[in-house]
Amino acid sequence: MNLTLREALLSFRRTPLLSALSVTTIAFSLFVVGLFGLVAVNLKHALSTVEERVEIVAYTLRGTPTETIAQASSDIAAFPEVSTVNYVSEDEALKRARTELVEFRDAYRDLSTNPLPASLEIRLKPGSRDAESVATVAERLKGFPFIDDVRYGRDWIAKLDHLRNLLGLVGLMVGAAFAVVAVVIIGTTIRMAVLQRAREISIMRLVGATDWFVRGPFLLEGAVKGLLGGLLAITMCAGTFSLVTSSSGLLAGLVFFEPIHLIAGVCFGVAMGLGASMVSVGRHLRDV
Amino acid sequence: MISFSSVFKAYPKGNGGLRDVSFRVRKGEFVFLTGHSGAGKSTMLKLMYAEQRPTNGTVEVAGFDIGQIGATDIPRLRRKLGCVFQDFLLLEERTAQENVAFALEVTGAHRETIPGKVMRVLTQVGLAAKAGAYPRELSGGEQQRVAIARALVNDPPILLADEPTGNLDERATRGVFQLLRDINAGGTCVVMATHDLDLVKSANYRSVELRGGEVVFDSAEGHEAQR
Repeated sequence: MNLTLREALLSFRRTPLLSALSVTTIAFSLFVVGLFGLVAVNLKHALSTVEERVEIVAYTLRGTPTETIAQASSDIAAFPEVSTVNYVSEDEALKRARTELVEFRDAYRDLSTNPLPASLEIRLKPGSRDAESVATVAERLKGFPFIDDVRYGRDWIAKLDHLRNLLGLVGLMVGAAFAVVAVVIIGTTIRMAVLQRAREISIMRLVGATDWFVRGPFLLEGAVKGLLGGLLAITMCAGTFSLVTSSSGLLAGLVFFEPIHLIAGVCFGVAMGLGASMVSVGRHLRDV
Repeated sequence: MISFSSVFKAYPKGNGGLRDVSFRVRKGEFVFLTGHSGAGKSTMLKLMYAEQRPTNGTVEVAGFDIGQIGATDIPRLRRKLGCVFQDFLLLEERTAQENVAFALEVTGAHRETIPGKVMRVLTQVGLAAKAGAYPRELSGGEQQRVAIARALVNDPPILLADEPTGNLDERATRGVFQLLRDINAGGTCVVMATHDLDLVKSANYRSVELRGGEVVFDSAEGHEAQR
């Protein structure tokens, strides 16, 4: 192990240019994947804030006793999809209408009777905010005899679903394409390093080094290059992120990766470096 | 130590192969392999250190069957052999000492034992004073001595030398050859491929001549091989 480490470090020192090239190649490949990831993370974040507003409103029949509604509220709150149930009484509905709909203030003031029905505002748990779950819950609500009408943004929820699926698919495809390109490029740079040291490898084998012994330094080198490339890519992503968010007030609300994403990115870099050197050295050892 | 029985080796291009070679090298022997280039000398050596496998027939070296040897056994075989080549095959970025130590390190030798062994063989080949020199700072003869030291450092019972004096002037040639004789005198079996007939005549060792991939003369049998 000691020797493996020394050999790997020696390789960095002997071919600084090629090593730097490999590291920047890995870094740029991961950077591109990272930029796309940032866009994906932010879209997801934006969608989830939109999704939080997914709400079902169930209007109750006039004259329904409050006890019945209170009982039903707790029943509805027990639905697996439901996170909160909020009762809005007729008076409260009127009060809201007066404050929110300023244009009609006069019209509401002159009313002798309150025309607005009481309602239950139901919010759903994350994961149950897709069109299908919303429709299921709405259907169940209609089963209560005192519920007059159930409303929810059927169309825009379906559109949101569609958008989310599309984005997920495109993200996956573009990310995979860039990852493949990155692996090919890393494989090529490591292959260059292997070819450059072909003489050394043949001498090692001639004096009785095992194949694993020959591989060791290259694998370590690949892993270290992947690690450095991953860290560099994170730095570049962070730099780009702070540049973009500071330059435009419009984009100030953007979110950055979570630590787990960053760790996954670096691990991915290491895995790419390791995998690419494994393939390159393996192929070389088979060929000679 | 080494035995070839009815060995055939065919190359895709057709040159340098072997045809029905049978020959045997005993423990402690010194054998010259002679013949023109392409006669099959290097092929024979490559079969001995398992760089190549026979197309047909059996090659046995130090107890290993080269035709059947597995990938994990090749390093074990090579640790029992020392190999020396015309172009030295030294690592340019390492000193003489490091080049020799390298052969011990790759075999997983204990770190503490390495410097002592390295200095012992460098002294044996007469290069102890230049242990810290890089190959480019050494003459051809000195570089070949480093290569021989590297080949010897694992105390192999067999030393294979492929044209070890091919790139050397006359004086260096004599020096390196004398070194190989001394090594043989110490009990190591030496197989040396060369086309330098003066060298072959200068010593009373067994010589095996190859032509077109066949053994045409073996001094151990004292007469031209019957074909």
